[in-house]
Amino acid sequence: MTLAPETTDLKVQLRLGDSWFTICDLNVLLPGRGVAALLPDGRQAAVFRDRTGNLYAVDNRDPFGGAAVLSRGLTGSHQGRPFVASPLLKQRFDLATGQCLDDDTVRITAYEVRAR
Amino acid sequence: MTTDTPTIVLVGHGMVGQRFLEALAERGLTATHRVVVLCEEPRPAYDRVALTSYFSGKTPEDLSMTDMEFIEKHSIELRVGDPAETVDRSSRTVTARSGQTFAYDTLVLATGSYPFVPPVPNKDATGCFVYRTIEDLLAIEEYAKTATTGAVVGGGLLGLEAAGALKGLGLTSHIVEFAPRLMPVQVDEGGGAALLRTIEDMGLSVHTGVGTQEIAVDADGAVTGMKLSDGSELSTDLVVFSAGVRPRDQLARASGLTVGERGGITVDEQCRTVNDPHVFAIGECALAADGRVYGLVAPGYEQAETAAATIAADEASFTGADLSTKLKLLGVDVASFGDAHGTADDCLDVVYSDSRAGLYKKLVIGRDGTLLGGILVGDAEAYGTLRALTGSVPPISPESLVLPAGSGAPAQLGPAALPDDAIICSCNNVRKGTIRDAVTEHRCTTVPEVKKCTKAGTTCGSCVKVLGQLVTAELEAGGVEVDKGLCGCFAQTREELYEIVLALRINTYQDLLDRYGRENARGGDGCEICKPAVASIIASLAPTIGASGYVLDGEQAALQDSNDHFLANLQKNGSYSVVPRIPGGEITPEGLIVIGEIARDFGLYTKITGGQRIDMFGARVEQLPLIWTRLVDAGFESGHAYGKSLRTVKSCVGQTWCRYGVQDSVRMAIDLELRYRGLRSPHKLKSAVSGCARECAEAQSKDFGVIATAGGWNLYVAGNGGATPRHADLLAQDLTDTELIKLIDRFLMFYIRTADRLERTSTWLERIPGGLDHVRDVVVEDSLGICEELETLMAAHVANYRDEWSDTINDPEKLARFVSFVNAPDTPDPVVGFVPERDQIKPDLPLLSIGLRPADDVLEGTAQR
Ligand code: SRM
Ligand SMILES: Cc1cc2nc3c(=O)[nH]c(=O)nc-3n(C[C@H](O)[C@H](O)[C@H](O)COP(=O)(O)OP(=O)(O)OC[C@H]3O[C@@H](n4cnc5c(N)ncnc54)[C@H](O)[C@@H]3O)c2cc1C
Ligand code: SF4
Ligand code: FES
Repeated sequence: MTLAPETTDLKVQLRLGDSWFTICDLNVLLPGRGVAALLPDGRQAAVFRDRTGNLYAVDNRDPFGGAAVLSRGLTGSHQGRPFVASPLLKQRFDLATGQCLDDDTVRITAYEVRAR
Repeated sequence: MTTDTPTIVLVGHGMVGQRFLEALAERGLTATHRVVVLCEEPRPAYDRVALTSYFSGKTPEDLSMTDMEFIEKHSIELRVGDPAETVDRSSRTVTARSGQTFAYDTLVLATGSYPFVPPVPNKDATGCFVYRTIEDLLAIEEYAKTATTGAVVGGGLLGLEAAGALKGLGLTSHIVEFAPRLMPVQVDEGGGAALLRTIEDMGLSVHTGVGTQEIAVDADGAVTGMKLSDGSELSTDLVVFSAGVRPRDQLARASGLTVGERGGITVDEQCRTVNDPHVFAIGECALAADGRVYGLVAPGYEQAETAAATIAADEASFTGADLSTKLKLLGVDVASFGDAHGTADDCLDVVYSDSRAGLYKKLVIGRDGTLLGGILVGDAEAYGTLRALTGSVPPISPESLVLPAGSGAPAQLGPAALPDDAIICSCNNVRKGTIRDAVTEHRCTTVPEVKKCTKAGTTCGSCVKVLGQLVTAELEAGGVEVDKGLCGCFAQTREELYEIVLALRINTYQDLLDRYGRENARGGDGCEICKPAVASIIASLAPTIGASGYVLDGEQAALQDSNDHFLANLQKNGSYSVVPRIPGGEITPEGLIVIGEIARDFGLYTKITGGQRIDMFGARVEQLPLIWTRLVDAGFESGHAYGKSLRTVKSCVGQTWCRYGVQDSVRMAIDLELRYRGLRSPHKLKSAVSGCARECAEAQSKDFGVIATAGGWNLYVAGNGGATPRHADLLAQDLTDTELIKLIDRFLMFYIRTADRLERTSTWLERIPGGLDHVRDVVVEDSLGICEELETLMAAHVANYRDEWSDTINDPEKLARFVSFVNAPDTPDPVVGFVPERDQIKPDLPLLSIGLRPADDVLEGTAQR
């Protein structure tokens, strides 16, 4: 999918506390795939864009395996909710809330994201 | 909490305790009672039966049986890490370690057992362990890091499991059993012999008929060995005691409740203690009304139900339970059911034994032909059916139930033949009728729904297969169409989607989803099941349907499994492995040197794979393009170790060098590998070519295998190694080179067309109606008239093949994706770290568990691995 030229200079930003942290150009995000971003405090975020253009960001670390790889997982939607499946052992995480869909007791941080 | 709400206090939150809570909730008692649970362990109830799966990668969280939503919804006060210390029956209070006292109207003891440690000198030395809790396993795992040998005291069910776990941790393992055979409780002498053979073949040393007399220790008090009753000494760094369990009845004893001579809290048929109507005992701590203490979870569950029913003033009783068990010990099926040892008068045995194959099957039959019980070792396939038939006269002769298939035995009895009151799930005591009702009355349409509705299949899992068959049979009988769709997004099977894509030349996933997806999935994002499956179909047909043959092009990039997306295999710490193609396993010294230099320059771990090539591990994502630039320059191509596509065509050295060889197997292997490289398929494809019938290349364990004959080549298909090995079937004999290739082209394209996702050729051949004969009809006789099309499709693939790594390193836009961080392309992922091992590197795993999480993410998992 190619983006209309007028949208290409938009930046993807993540909310960290009271401020917005710029990650990358919006056109770097391939619909359905993620990228990882390094945050100022050393944390990592996995940032995704779905086919309708919605943006999501969650912690990049797979809480089951420990590696920082969620940005490399496959995305999809389940009962209308967007998720990413970890590339390690395939647990799915709701992209909007960080809730693990395969284990109620696990939840990862979800961040607010915007393009501007 | 108002004081007039009656209170139930449960002591012990193990498997049975948790089931008791569920039974309370089902009966509505959680609404009318305050429920307090005192849980000694640092975590709520988990699946102890599956404990050992921790060593095969399950995390403590995976093992958990406690749904916190359930606990909250029913306002259960679960006090984790706060065991009961005293019970005062006169004032009806329990005091916990925290010092808090709880008044109860009903007290339920579900304290389980503790492992019995024989009183041998130095039994508490450093390096001695038991095997009961997750904490025990964590401690064993930690200690095993510095050990090389481990010994297990006790050759029963748990002992074998523990020994297998030690072996899995890389230790040389010994089992010391006092009885003359392994698993003395479950199996008889013959079964023990079959088991012994298989277990020794796995590399475990078994010492039966000897006792442990003393643990030998060094000056620091750490284990160095064991002195045995036959005077010998076994040196070992670690000892696991697994010599049986004893009921944890101390709390009851101290409060004046009656306990059995050999332990266990004495209860009546309602699971109420015989002294105090306000106190119940259930699970492994209870001495049931039939005078037994049950060490299995199924009877405990029944007791939990009984106690809950009694508290609700319903009728229920526990009068005894079946001790049938089916286990997979170290990969060996072991099952015993009913009167396994033949204690009834006048009973007769039917025995089938093949100790070479590690098989032993015995049925105990009564005078009148009634099946009384039996033992199965090595192959317990028939367990579900046999157990359900126990107590009745089987409709076919007992011999045919134990003889291996193919020896003139009639077909296996399917679950359809079982009566409605046959127990299908013995862990949860679920009858066939209940499962049928779940489908017909409660409208369950899938196995997960039936599991939820009936609890069948939720414990040891051994009945799930039969469950699936019953559910399908019942749905079909009811005229319900069973949903065979690929996933929640598509109602079609993979085969149907393939036909749609091919016939309509649909070349994007979105187009397929929006036009042929299920109503509510259209316009959506698909899911992790259909995206790679459709990506594979599109890739297999790319030249024919007008899609790009490059898997990272456009939309295709987003559909690929994450390994395909980086054209490399993800490892546990987030690094990747790199496998260049080495066709036929033939490589020049120059080629070896290039690989060696690259691995050295990038600090990679190298290993010769099982597929006759070289794997380099530990590459960071940003190193992949640099590594591949050098490999491509030296003439290497992607080995597709990451793809569901052709992996390797192994070869033996063949006629050129070998004095037995009758054809040039290396040349043929190289030709085949180059022909089918890059071919995307439902699952991976493997092949091999042997130069003569000695079969050094193991061609008969491959998806397509070729063996040279004096007159040409024999083609074998649908072989498999892996977890369920299958010998390949001979498809055609004495073929010329051209005939061979033509048949393989057709065979592969027919498989790609009709197989399910992730279905290897072996399972595919077993599943499709008509099996091998049908495939032979289609690809050899051309019974469907599609061979020409199959060949054309393959020709298009061969003509359009391009190395995807060489495409990638020449495409700056694609290369930009190979970074750890989009906003810091030069910074490597700090979680990817390595430590030295045997002069190379390995992942720094502790780094993963320490993680880099800030403290405020309290809800995050606490996986330790
Ligand atoms: C590297 C290698 C082990 C080694 O160090 O030797 C290996 C490694 C893996 N194998 Fe294998 N297998 C390797 C040879 C084999 C063989 C031997 C052979 O090919 O002759 C077999 C048995 C033959 C067979 O497949 O029938 C084998 C049967 C499996 C299976 C079981 C397949 C089955 O049908 O039961 C899996 C699991 C799966 O694919 O679902 C598997 C899966 C894997 C995975 C992909 C597991 C994973 O997801 O991480 C491993 C990926 C390695 C990586 O990251 O690079 N591997 N694996 C071997 C690579 C061969 C190569 O050069 O490509
Ligand atoms: C490795 C292994 C494999 C097994 N495999 C099988 C199998 O294949 N099939 C099978 O049927 N069974 C199997 N079992 C046995 C099965 O796990 C037990 O039968 C089952 O767990 C019994 O449940 P329970 O609730 O009675 O006891 P437990 O699960 O032991 O739970 C009792 C709990 O009570 C706690 N407790 C004790 N005293 C107190 C106190 N004073 N205050 C608070 N809490 C207390 C304990 O810490 C424990 O958590 C296996 C057991 C092990 C260890
Ligand atoms: S299979 Fe035959 S030709 Fe090949 S190496 Fe073995 S003995 Fe030699
Ligand atoms: S028999 Fe164990 S879960 Fe059904």
